[in-house]
Order: sequence, then C-alpha cells, then structure tokens
Amino acid sequence: MTAPLLTIEDLKVTFSTRNGPVEAIKGVSLSLSAGERLGIVGESGSGKSVTAFSVMQLLDRAGKITGGRITFRGQDITNASRGMLQPLRGAAMSMIFQNPRAALNPIRTVGLQIADVLRAHESLSAKEARARALKLLEAVMIRDPEARLDAYPHELSGGMCQRVMIAMAIACEPTLLIADEPTTGLDVTTQKTVMDLLAEITARRGMAMILITHDLGLAAQYCQRVAVMEKGLVVEEAVPATLFGAPTHPYTRRLVAASPTRHSTVESLVVDREAAPPAPARIAPRPGSEPLLAVRNCVKVFDNGFRGVDDVSFSLAPGESLGLVGESGSGKSTLSRIVCRLIDASEGTITFDGEDIGGIPSRDFYRSRFRRDIQIVFQDHGDSLNPRFSAFDAIADPLRLLGGVQDGRELRRQVEDCARRVGLPEEFLDRFPHQLSGGQKARVGIARAIAAKPRLLVLDEPTAALDVSVQAVILHLLDRLRRETGLAYLFVSHDLNVVRMMCERTIVLQKGRIVEEGPSGPLFTAPSSDYARELIAAIPHFDPEAALARQKALATAV
Amino acid sequence: MIAVLRHTGWVLRGNPVTMVASFGALVLITLAIVGPWIVPYDPTASNVPNALMPPSAAHWFGTDQLGRDVFSRVIAATRLDLAIAASAVSLSFALGAMIGAFCGYTGGRLDRWVGRFVDVLMAFPLFVLAMAMVAALGNRVENIIYATAIINLPFYIRFARAEVNVRRNSGWVEAARASGNSHVRVVMLFLLPNVLPAMAVQISLNLGWAILNAAGLSFLGLGVKPPTPEWGIMVAEGARFITTGKWWLVVFPGAALMTAVLCFNLLGDGLRDILDPRMRT
Repeated sequence: MTAPLLTIEDLKVTFSTRNGPVEAIKGVSLSLSAGERLGIVGESGSGKSVTAFSVMQLLDRAGKITGGRITFRGQDITNASRGMLQPLRGAAMSMIFQNPRAALNPIRTVGLQIADVLRAHESLSAKEARARALKLLEAVMIRDPEARLDAYPHELSGGMCQRVMIAMAIACEPTLLIADEPTTGLDVTTQKTVMDLLAEITARRGMAMILITHDLGLAAQYCQRVAVMEKGLVVEEAVPATLFGAPTHPYTRRLVAASPTRHSTVESLVVDREAAPPAPARIAPRPGSEPLLAVRNCVKVFDNGFRGVDDVSFSLAPGESLGLVGESGSGKSTLSRIVCRLIDASEGTITFDGEDIGGIPSRDFYRSRFRRDIQIVFQDHGDSLNPRFSAFDAIADPLRLLGGVQDGRELRRQVEDCARRVGLPEEFLDRFPHQLSGGQKARVGIARAIAAKPRLLVLDEPTAALDVSVQAVILHLLDRLRRETGLAYLFVSHDLNVVRMMCERTIVLQKGRIVEEGPSGPLFTAPSSDYARELIAAIPHFDPEAALARQKALATAV
Repeated sequence: MIAVLRHTGWVLRGNPVTMVASFGALVLITLAIVGPWIVPYDPTASNVPNALMPPSAAHWFGTDQLGRDVFSRVIAATRLDLAIAASAVSLSFALGAMIGAFCGYTGGRLDRWVGRFVDVLMAFPLFVLAMAMVAALGNRVENIIYATAIINLPFYIRFARAEVNVRRNSGWVEAARASGNSHVRVVMLFLLPNVLPAMAVQISLNLGWAILNAAGLSFLGLGVKPPTPEWGIMVAEGARFITTGKWWLVVFPGAALMTAVLCFNLLGDGLRDILDPRMRT
C-alpha cells in the first residue's frame, strides 16, 4: 500500500474567544489516499469545517492549531509558513466553498477570475489563460461556455456559479480537492448534477476529495469512506454500508435515524423521544366538509412582469396537512405569503372558512378577524425573530394583539403554556435570539405562531435551516401539535421526504404552476409527471437495507 | 443591568480610545451640571484693574479684557454649549429618525417627496442656512437650537430611511405583521429599536458637530450674546487681542471646544458596540 496523500494525526485546534479558549477540535485523526473520496459528516459545531480549514491553513486569526500533525505528500504542513503554502494552495490542494456566489468576486467576469487562478501559479499570457479558462468551463459542462467567460457572477444561477467555482478549484490540477458543503443552498436537482460532476471529474483526474456535508445521504452516495464528527471528535469512521447498516456509536445511530429516507416516518426519526403523553391519532378530515381554505386561480405578477404564481387553485380541509413542494423560483414561498395575507395576489380569490379574505388588502389584514386564524412559521428562525425581543416578548406579542391578553399574570401563564407545548424550557424565555440555538429559535417561532390559536398554520420550510437531528425533533413536535389541536397545515418544503412524512396530500409546483397534485403516498411512489419523477430521483439517498444485504452477500462470498 | 455594565466594561477594555473618550465626555457632562457652582470666580463679574493678566496661580487661564477669570468662564460655558448641542441633536434625531423610518418602511410617494425635500435642504451650504435662520428668527438661544436641528435633520432622515429600508423585508417584520401589529407599531416597536445602535454613532458625531455649529454662530455674533460665557463668543472676543500676544483669551476656550468635539466624535464607535445586544454574549 502506498503512503497516504494526506494524514491528520491527533489534530487539536483551539479558538480564543471572549470567554476564554475553546477547543474546537479535540484530537482528530484521518487519512486519505490518492484518488480517494472521504466524507466528513457532522452537524453544525461538530468541527468538520474547522478540520478542513486547518488543512488549508485558512483558520481565522482566533483559531490556532495547538497539537497534532498534518502531513501532505509526506511533507509536514502543520503551521506551515506562507511561503511554503503558496505553491500548495490552489495548485496541489484547492477548496470549494459553501456559498459560491459569495466566494466569487462580483465585479469581475468569471473568465478573468478563472484566469487569475491559472496565472497565479503559471506564467501565461492573457490569451492563453483565456483559452485554458474556456477549456475548464467546458470541463465543468456549463452550457454555452464561450458566452459564460464574459459573464459576471450575478448573471449566473447558483448551480452555474458552483460550476465556475469547481472550474477554478480544478484549474491547476490539484491532487486534493476539499468541498465544504458544496451544494448547500442549491436545489435538489442542481445538487445532483453538481455532485455527479464533482464525482466524475475527481475520478477521471485521479483527485482525492474530502466532502464536508451535513447530509449523511449525500456523503454515503458519493464517498468511499465516511467519518462522522461530533463535538470536535471523529466518533465513527466506516464505509457507507457499515455506517448505515450497523452504526456502532450512539451518535451515529441517532444521526442515521434522523436522516429522512424514503421509508422513514415521523416516529422513526427520533430515537430517544421527549417524554410526552402518547399523541392522539391524526384527525382525518371529514369527507364532503366545507374546505377551510380555498384558493382559486391565484396569479401573482411582480413589478418586473415575472409571473411568480400562475393560475394556482387548491383547497385545504380543516385539520388537513397539505404539502407544497418545488425548487427555488417555483413560487412556493410567494404562494405561502399570499395565503398568509402578507402580500397581495394579482388575480384570483382566497376564501377562508367560507368568507372571502383575498379581497382584504394585505396591508389592512392585521385588523381582520381572520388574522389570528392564519399564522406562519418562517424558514430562517434567526431572521424571523426580532433581535431586540426576548423569547417571552416574541411569544407574548401575538397573544397581546390577537389573543387580547392584557393582564400581566395571565400573559405570563399563557406564554409559559405555549413554551411548554413546543418543549422550550421556561428559563430560556428571558433570552434573546442570539443567545438561543437554532432548534430553540425554531421552537420560539412555532410557539409564536400557535400562541393566538390559529386554525391554519403555514409552515414555510420550517426545518430547512436546521441540523437533521434538530429537524427530526421539530418535525415530531409539529406532528404532535397537529394531532393535539387539529390545526391545518400548509407545509412548504423543498425536501420531498419531509413532505411525504408530514402531509396527507401534496402539490408539486414548477415555475408557478401546479404540475402534479395528489395523496402523498402514491405521488411519491409513482409520480405521473416528469418533473416530479426527476425531483424524487434527485434526492440523495442511501438505502440502509439494500446496503446491509449487499454487505451480507459480500461476507458470505468471502 | 449587571450584564449591560459587564458588557460595557468589556467594550471599554478592548477599546482604549473609547475609554478615554467616555471619560472625557463624563467630565464634560459633570462640568456642565456642577460647573457654575464650583468655579472660583463669578464668570460674569468684571474687575477692570485686573484686566488681561496672563495665567497665574490665582487665575489659571488668566483674565480677559474686563478682568473676568477665563478659567471660570470656560467651565461655566460648558453647560450652555452642551445644552444647545444636546437639545438640537435630540430634536433632529427624534424627528429625523421617525420621518426616515416611516419613509423607509412605506416607500412610495411619501418616500419620494421627502427624499427630494432632503436633497434640496442638503444643496444649501448648511452653516449659511443656519445663519440665515437665526438672523431671520431672532437672536435667541432657542433659535440656535432650531437652526442646528434643522440642518442636521437630513442626515437622520437619510440614515434612518436606509437602515429601515434594508430591514423592512426581513423575517421578523413579516412575523410582526402576522402577529397583528399595525404598521405604526412595526415601525416604532420593531424597526426603530433595531436601527438605534447604528444611529448612536451618528448622534455622537453630530453632537460634536452641533457644539461647533453653536460656537460658530456665536462667534459670528448670532445667537448667544455677551457677556454670557460661551466658547464661541470667548474666541471671538479674544481674537482681537491675539495680535498683542494675549494668547490665553483664545487658546483656552478653543481647546475646550476642540476637546468636547473630539470626545463625542471618538465616542461614536464604542457607543454602537455597547448598545447592540448582539455584541453581548
């Protein structure tokens, strides 16, 4: 066996913060041979990105490698000097960042930016560099590469920007490529094409790759080996089949359970459930009953003439959960805001409980008696909480205005009751958003939405910004809330597995139009439209049962 | 409260310039409050035989052409100068932040009209505008305050408008509307408190500028009338004697003016760090 390309031995990284030094990496050992693809999986704060940044020596000033050794091609690069790293970075190892748009310079054309990378390591004329840049854009299979050379980043889609980033990363034929969440924020179909491209390029050029991701399915699908990190330590490292089929570490087990697959149910996501009385069964909507919400021929035309929502009609029964699926730009968020009466539709009618609410302009809807009936949970829980309101104030706000609770003691009691229902410990009520974790913020957002006792809850990607284990708990919570209160949900999500678990019926949106609609089960197993089929196929998945069977077959064969 | 104090302490320790500036501002404010009671001489009592004495143990900053103690006058002037600046800045802040916030939140026609009005106002040389206003309204302290407030107004309107504009589509504003908040409540309870930390910098910078403005107007003989002790008047009166080497008449009130302006200017950045809750951990 040849010497590994990269070895990390007992790496320790410490960040100096206001509250003293914090050890972010507590002794990580990993190794990677040439041409191998290693996945590092973990949730936020697990130290997966810090590990990669240490290899590239890109830690910010507060971070310091305090122990261990990093060897690259037999050379010790722990705390290497600038001069030593310069020829390595970009040429021998390169990195793809999470947000491609932010990583590209907005005022230079992508052709020039790729040429910059080339010319930093080789002496090339402008013309030669341009020719090479074109070749690279062809290699990343961007449509119409010649024209794209002179495009600015804002003229490209997110997926195309990531292709440009990949082109820059492979420009100097590195032997190691580090991809830090390369597809986070991209649509699932774009994610698939970008990841397929990465896998193909690295395989063809014999590059080793470290894929850092929070998505177990993605890592399992594209990597030969997966390391799971938790709190600065690698807790388990194995081939995907073992990791999924027979995870040994309790954290891995929890993570595997929490990652939604095509077979999981809301119950199966959470291994150690919160102590709660058994939830009542879902209330089945009575057939033939008056719909709670009916949207007819809804159209939204934006000022620039773009038809964000194009002739959409659907209805929702009391207590029903309806999923709204689509990629970015499909109009699902616009539609959810129209239903919530935060923005006005250009055409169409909206009736709630038999009364026309579409006629009330959204700017006056705060005065409507239906305001308390329709509430919303937002995608970005950090952004949806007023930074200057404590959790208590945030939950108390709708109670005061919509619930009409004025008495201080009664308000306190009701806020505490809401907090209890969403599983937010009482001592967190006095905290401000920046003092809460992502999951806690999500709970505050949900508590605020249910505080006024609505009848319809619009959930706009409520778990998209959360770690999978937190997502599992929040989904579980939302499901239980619905059973307890008989709330109707309009569940907007790009994650089809989540919608399948949460909703009885699903609508698939594409470019503002409904392309498919039907009960969730059949829609996911046998989609009738091409678009839905494509969406479902693009979900990164790793079938634990199939993997286990394969492994068993392998064991008996040996 | 303890958390706020601890946070303030942390900001000050990490930022010695802010520390010095806050100390200076604290001294100035204290002098403004207790100044007239602690001065060694009556700042308006003339003592002609003792006129134009250089600094000495009895008169630290010397005496002026009427034999008044310059030290006592410099200290006593703190109250008037700071009061003018503070009231002018509070006035333009209160008005400007509100107008700007509503414009930024609603957009549309109101926003455009106010925007043009602000542009017109800013096209004037502001100090000349203030002079014209004081001259037209009458030579009184209130009018200096109004004039200073009006020429500062455009900055607050623009600033608040821009800060609110970037936040009006944020999730928590939508959430506030979904919770049944009226538009006035959204602006007053949600948006304004959030733009306040950034505006604190502006307030602090403006305070220094307003002091300079008030002193400048008085220097030109507009506003405060002698024999009231005021830094601008003192510099104006002392300027006649500088050619004969009587430097202390100008240097001490001038230095006081400069110190005050500098303190408030340096305070700005630190103030933002102290006021922003997200900087507290």
